[in-house]
Amino acid sequence: MFTSVDDVSARLAETGYLASPAVATTVFLADRLGKPLLVEGPAGVGKTELAKAVAQVAQARLVRLQCYEGVDESRALYEWNHAKQLLRISAGRDETWDATRTDIFSEEFLLARPLLTAIRGDDPKVLLIDETDKADVEVEGLLLEVLSDFQVTVPELGTVTATRRPFVVLTSNATRELSEALRRRCLFLHIGFPEEELERRIVRMKVPGIDAALAESVVRVVGALRAMDLRKVPSVAETIDWARTLLALGADTLDEDIVRDTLGVLLKHQDDVLKAAAKLDLDAV
Amino acid sequence: MTADAGVTADVASRLTDFVAALRAHGVRVGTGETVDAARAVEALGLADRELLREGLAATLLHTTGQRQVFDPVFDLYFPHGVGGPEGEAADRDDLRDRLAAALTANDSAWMGRLAIEAVDGFGGYGSSPASDGWSSYQTLDRIRPQTLLARVRAEVRAQSGESGFADRLLDDEIRRRIEVFRALVAAEARRRVAERRGRDEIARRAVAPTADRVDFLYAGKDRLAELRRTVQPIARKLATRLAARRRRAARGSIDLRRTLRGSLSTGGVPMRPVLRRRRPVRPELVLLCDVSGSVSGFSDFTMLLVQALHDQFSKLRVFAFVNRIDEVTGLLEHGVADSEGLGARIRSEATLTGWHGSSDYGVALGEFAERYGDAVGPRTTVFVLGDARTNLSDPNLAAVRQIAGRARRVYWLNPEPRPQWGTGDSAAPAYAELVEMHECRTARQLGALIARLLPV
Repeated sequence: MFTSVDDVSARLAETGYLASPAVATTVFLADRLGKPLLVEGPAGVGKTELAKAVAQVAQARLVRLQCYEGVDESRALYEWNHAKQLLRISAGRDETWDATRTDIFSEEFLLARPLLTAIRGDDPKVLLIDETDKADVEVEGLLLEVLSDFQVTVPELGTVTATRRPFVVLTSNATRELSEALRRRCLFLHIGFPEEELERRIVRMKVPGIDAALAESVVRVVGALRAMDLRKVPSVAETIDWARTLLALGADTLDEDIVRDTLGVLLKHQDDVLKAAAKLDLDAV
Repeated sequence: MTADAGVTADVASRLTDFVAALRAHGVRVGTGETVDAARAVEALGLADRELLREGLAATLLHTTGQRQVFDPVFDLYFPHGVGGPEGEAADRDDLRDRLAAALTANDSAWMGRLAIEAVDGFGGYGSSPASDGWSSYQTLDRIRPQTLLARVRAEVRAQSGESGFADRLLDDEIRRRIEVFRALVAAEARRRVAERRGRDEIARRAVAPTADRVDFLYAGKDRLAELRRTVQPIARKLATRLAARRRRAARGSIDLRRTLRGSLSTGGVPMRPVLRRRRPVRPELVLLCDVSGSVSGFSDFTMLLVQALHDQFSKLRVFAFVNRIDEVTGLLEHGVADSEGLGARIRSEATLTGWHGSSDYGVALGEFAERYGDAVGPRTTVFVLGDARTNLSDPNLAAVRQIAGRARRVYWLNPEPRPQWGTGDSAAPAYAELVEMHECRTARQLGALIARLLPV
């Protein structure tokens, strides 16, 4: 899919995703070694965006499995369409049992869920398993078979093996420790907060029309907030939101008033706001 | 499995040594990952060191915290060069001038080159081949990068020319840059020493362990700050685990009475079994924390952790003691946002010491049993956090027996390594006979213990 690490960065950048060297290298390796990519990091640093960008670059279909507590085999893998099977049975009353049986367990009555969808077919696909840590431990066991051999066993149909391996991205917010077995099968990538320079470029790309000097100040203030001991430090998504807010308010430089008024865009807890205001020498809020 | 053809035997052995060093630091790397790493080396080539670093990190590591061990070890096994820089040793003032320029420009590659030069010029000590080495401490002591702050500030201001809002952040930014330089010097000094003493030994000794393996009692100030930041994730993980355990426990046994009652409407045939609904037990928790100087890092940390678990427990009461005991539950709840001042606040606002300032377990436990005895009931789990060093006074085992008799369970978490229990003035073995005592030296141990011992 990619020829070199630089190629990865360049092509991701075309889709609007500016990748750090670590991200580009790992994506390149995931493609080369054919292994799933496990992405961890704080909320709002672009974990899900990465999968979308890769799908766009590879001109692949993005198949998304959103994990949540209680997601199970029938939501993740496949399910038989019982209603349709019943209809089929009542439609063909005079048929022999054998004919009906082979018929109702055929592809037509199979509802493919994301994992099976990603494995079947010949077109390129990117499989995004989002927020893996929200799923229960049993689902991880399910993922193991899919991710190591890229095959799914449907008892009535046999084993479906991928003719073309999808590019797999798993994301996690680390609310739960994923099992060692799952981690072993993946390349691990931690996306942290970007370097100042990269974040500046991200802001200028996502918020066209922002002044270069303002973008720099925005990134510097966010950097200072991240260095503070806050309950929830602002992420890249918040930086972009803030830049958009400032643009919408028509501010072309930062000053105390505007920072004080818009701090709520960056910080989501009242005691964080107070603390940051004190540290940044803003007057009483 | 054989090493891939593209990776030469030399690189392969370097890689396996590197993996062995990582394993020595508790990073679990399997053979499969090593083979993957070799394939990554093959795909990426050895030309670009930073690409190699990221590639190996992606294939060998599994969690975020391991990166902290990985980077220094990587610098030792895949150094950017061998030996010192070419040319004359730099003059100190000249080096400081250039460092100031590099800090002004915020150019980390340049700072890296200066760190190499600095260690070469000012870090060497000793004269005989057996005892000489390279010291980052000595280098930094001579260069004194922290004194460049004012100068760099003036230069940055002169260059940008304006004093906007972000100007007030400048000092902190420069301090962070100086910290980067210090880290570079430390890495360079490690590399030079490793050339002399052998890589494997330095990798084992000079690389700091991950935060969750640091001993509470010996952790420095910055490591403690780092540990505090691990509190929230640990607490969240524990909370989800406890919730899961409760959920499982909720699938109960059949309630015979209600099942039979329900079966009357179906002619006595129990069509729908009714499960016994378990009332979620809201357990009570009492913490007794030794906050004397010797164990302060430990108790601060533990209290923060338990406070983070606060919403899991209907009744959580925390008591602090040195040689007198006082309740500090209120102080904890106020201190959600401010974790640093907690220890200081407890020491200043609660009555913890009587006539002298050293810890006395006997008196404190006795006072607890007497004054706060009603805090402990049959549903209460008591945690005692401390090193059980009584300063040779009476351990007051009767009080402990009384608490243990009244509570559901009593656990004692001791931040000292097990072999040290009972040495000197430690009354640990005596207490351990009465209550269950666990060694709890690192955040990792603490997380595991709390998960196991907490009542659900």
